This record gives sequence, structure tokens and C-alpha cells, in this order.
Amino acid sequence: MSDTSISAAEPPASDREAGPVVELCGDSMDFDGPPVLEDISFSVAPGETRVLLGPAGVGKSVLLKLIIGLLRPRKGTIHLFGEDISQLPEENLFPLRARAGMVFQESALFDSLTVRDNVAYQLIQERVPDGEIDSRVREALSFVGLEETFEQYPASLSGGMKRRVAIARALIHDPELILYDSPTGGLDPVTSTTIIELIVKQRDVHATPALLVTHRLQDAFTLCNHRFDAEQDRMVPLPAGETNSNTTFLMLEEGRLILDGSLDELLHTDNKFVREFLE
Amino acid sequence: MATSAIDRTAKQIVLTVQEYSLFAWRAVLNLFRPPIYWTDFLMQSDIIGVGSLPIVILSGFFTGGVLALQSAATLAEFGATAVTGQFVSLTMIRELGAVLTGIMVAGRNSSSMASELGSMVVTEQIDAMRALGVDPLRKLVTPRIFASIAMLLLLTIVADAFGILGGAAVTVFLNHQNGTQYLNSAYEHLRYPDIIQGLVKPLFFGYLLASIGCFYGMRTTGGTEGVGRSTITAVVTSSVLIIAVDFVITHILLTIFPT
Repeated sequence: MSDTSISAAEPPASDREAGPVVELCGDSMDFDGPPVLEDISFSVAPGETRVLLGPAGVGKSVLLKLIIGLLRPRKGTIHLFGEDISQLPEENLFPLRARAGMVFQESALFDSLTVRDNVAYQLIQERVPDGEIDSRVREALSFVGLEETFEQYPASLSGGMKRRVAIARALIHDPELILYDSPTGGLDPVTSTTIIELIVKQRDVHATPALLVTHRLQDAFTLCNHRFDAEQDRMVPLPAGETNSNTTFLMLEEGRLILDGSLDELLHTDNKFVREFLE
Repeated sequence: MATSAIDRTAKQIVLTVQEYSLFAWRAVLNLFRPPIYWTDFLMQSDIIGVGSLPIVILSGFFTGGVLALQSAATLAEFGATAVTGQFVSLTMIRELGAVLTGIMVAGRNSSSMASELGSMVVTEQIDAMRALGVDPLRKLVTPRIFASIAMLLLLTIVADAFGILGGAAVTVFLNHQNGTQYLNSAYEHLRYPDIIQGLVKPLFFGYLLASIGCFYGMRTTGGTEGVGRSTITAVVTSSVLIIAVDFVITHILLTIFPT
């Protein structure tokens, strides 16, 4: 399918030399029962967007939580921003987590706080002055196209709007890594496209490394086949035959990583499970 | 089969006690290490202290009244109705004010802490907080524990005062006895050790009810049904422990300050 790969925004050279943002080595995980993840090894390079594919229940969300230290692996090591977090005490994890952004499957907005306070949560904890908070929140909400929700509560928002607020919350701190847990899950096609457009925008404008969990192939292909056009302020398709070289794929089957490669490798693999998934 | 069930339950209990001890200890240590969330402490103080004031006033007042009613008949047999005030004030200040307030506040606030934090756990809000680099123990648990301790101390004083007033109301309006005599008797026989007993207990009770409410809330599993389970467990455990700990503290304090 793709003979040519292009990259919309390259990370700075210093970042590329710094080594992977995330690196997993032989990680396994269980919840006092059968293994949820077994011997997982992969990495996310600076500027790279990795799409983690797999049907529901194969451990995709667990893997994301391992990466940010919300869960601990039974075996193996996880390096986040170059630091081994697999045995790191919880309190030493907080500064590392603050450097990353995570969008949860069900948004996980704080329902007793307004959209403004949700998006500004990290800034409020850091005691940033109110005026600066307001302007940064408006900027983040404008990025996701929801300026009008500034004073609303999450309960009054639709599922898609909540997801976009969650993206704004993850982005306000200029994260060095973004983890998206099924950001389009349960949304209608139009809203899903809006969310994917935001992810493409963040990838191409800021070159933030990301790991996106999804079971929707169309989202994965859209990420590969589109770029963000800043002049038109929207996502546009890449010319035929071109794909984004910074977007690569991982695939899980029953807790095991069965594919780690480009779109081309995904489409031309002989693995029976991948072929069935694609079909 | 039965042995393995007992073994499993025993291990579960030991594990819970261990987890609770570590949880409660970390929550206390957090008060002495920045960042300290003073705004959350004040908000929780308002919710726990001001919010519990009506139930504490009512329960204190009527308990004092009941004590005066029940004691009057018995004391009259010995011609000792003059000591009704002493009886009510000592019982309220040394024992019932703290225990009743503890149980009332546990019923109101342990449950709300367990359900609030439990809901946050099952909707991934706690995970989101951790992912944003904020320690939920420091942000949510520590302010609740210290607000509970501070507020329970003040609420106990309020309950004691209204208990004595309730006793006075019954003595004057129902038992038709002398109010001045009641208040004199209530005041004159009061000693510092009695007051110390009454004010030491709420410190422990406040710590217990908040730490248990938060502990069960933070370890909620199983969706909304799990939130209900955590709430019930938190209220039952904190209420029973308040009474059990009251026994232990009373025993220790009576050894230190013999009557």
C-alpha cells in the first residue's frame, strides 16, 4: 500500500538522540490469575505515534497503565523518560507522571469540578496564578473546539465532548508523552473523526510522542493516511501511496505482542490472527 | 475444606489490617511533608464540622434529657435528686458526648467518604489524579483525616454542652426541680481529668472514622455495587471500632487518672 512515507513534524535532533521515551522489556502482568500480559517488549521513540491494536480484553488498557506506573509489572522492566519505573516508589512516580498526559477510556473527568477546573487541574495544584490558568485553559479548550464549555460541569457534556475535554486536560501541560486509551470508543463516526483529527493535530503540530490504544482499524488508518494542515486548520488526506512514517503499529493477542512494525508490515504480515483482525 | 476457608479468611483479615496500617500511617506522615492542601482541609472541616452540627446538637440535647429522665427516678429513691446535674455532666463529658458524636459523625461522614472516594475509584478519577501527578492520599485522604480529628474535638464539646442543657431542660420542665442546683452540681463536681478524658477520645475517634472511611473508599472494587459495599463496611467498622477503642482508652485513662 505505501511506498512512500512522510513525516509531518520531526522532533528536535536532541530528542531523537536522547533514546526512547518509553521502553518495555519482557514485561508480564497478572491479577492473581492467568497472565494478562506476557513478555511484552517495545519502545516509543521521540516524535513517534504508536497505535496499539487488538480486540477488547487483550490487555491494551492494562499495558497503558503499566507504562505510566498506575500498575506494576510482575516481571520485566519499564523505562519512562529514561528512568526504570517498575520498582519505583509511588511518590517518586508523581513527577514522572506529571510529564505525561493520559486520556482515559471513559474520560475520567472530575465530576464535581467545572470544565475549567478539570482542564486546569495540574496547574491549580502547582499554584499557577488564576489569570494564567484561565488563558491556558481557554487555549487548550480552543485546541479541542470547546471554548464555550469553560464554566460547565462534565455532567452537562456529551460523551464526545467529555473525551475532548479529557484531551485538553492531557495537553495543557505540554506533555512529553501522551497515552490515549480508546479515545474513540463508544462514539459516533463523526465525533470519532473529530477526536482523531485532534490526535493528528497534536502529532503533526507538536510532534509529541504518543501511544494510542484502539480496536478500530479505521482510526488507525486515518492516523497513517492523514496529516494536519495548519493553514486550513483541518486534517487532510496524504497523497495516494503516502503514509506518516512516525506512525507505527503494535498488536496484541491474548496478552502477547504479535506485531511491531509499520503500516506496510501490518498489511502484509502472514500472521493469521492479524489477517483475521484486518478482514 | 473448612480449614482452608478459615485460613483464607484469617489471611484476608491480616492483609486488610496490614494495608490499613500502612495507609493510615502514610496519611499521617503526609501532614508533615509538603505539599499540604490547606484549602481541602478547610473545605472538609466545613463539610464535617458545620455539616454535622445539627445532628450533634440534637443527639446531644436529647441524650442529656434522657439521662436526666432515667436518673431522676432512681436518684429520688435515695433522696439524691440534687446530684442529677453531676450525673448528667460527668456521663456526657467523660463518655457519651465523645462516643455519641463519634458514632453520629461516623454514620454521616465515614459513609460519605467511602462512597465519594469509592465512586472516584470506579470511574477512574483516582487513576486520572495519579496520572496527572497528584497523590490522592495527600490530596483526598490526609485533609479528611485531620479535618475529622479537629472537628470531632469541637463537635464533642458542643455535644457535651447541649447534653447538659438537655438535662437541665428535663430537670426544670419535666422533673420540676431547681435549675440552679442542677447547674451547680453539674459544674462543681467536674475535675480536669474528666475533661481530659472527654477531649482525648474524639482525637482517636476522628482519626478512626476518617481513615476507615477513606481506606474502604480507596480500595473499592466491583462498580457501583462495590461502592455500596464499601460504604456499609466503612460505617459498620468505624462504629464498632469507636466503641471498642473507647473501652481501651477509658481503661488506660482510668489507670492514669483514677477516680
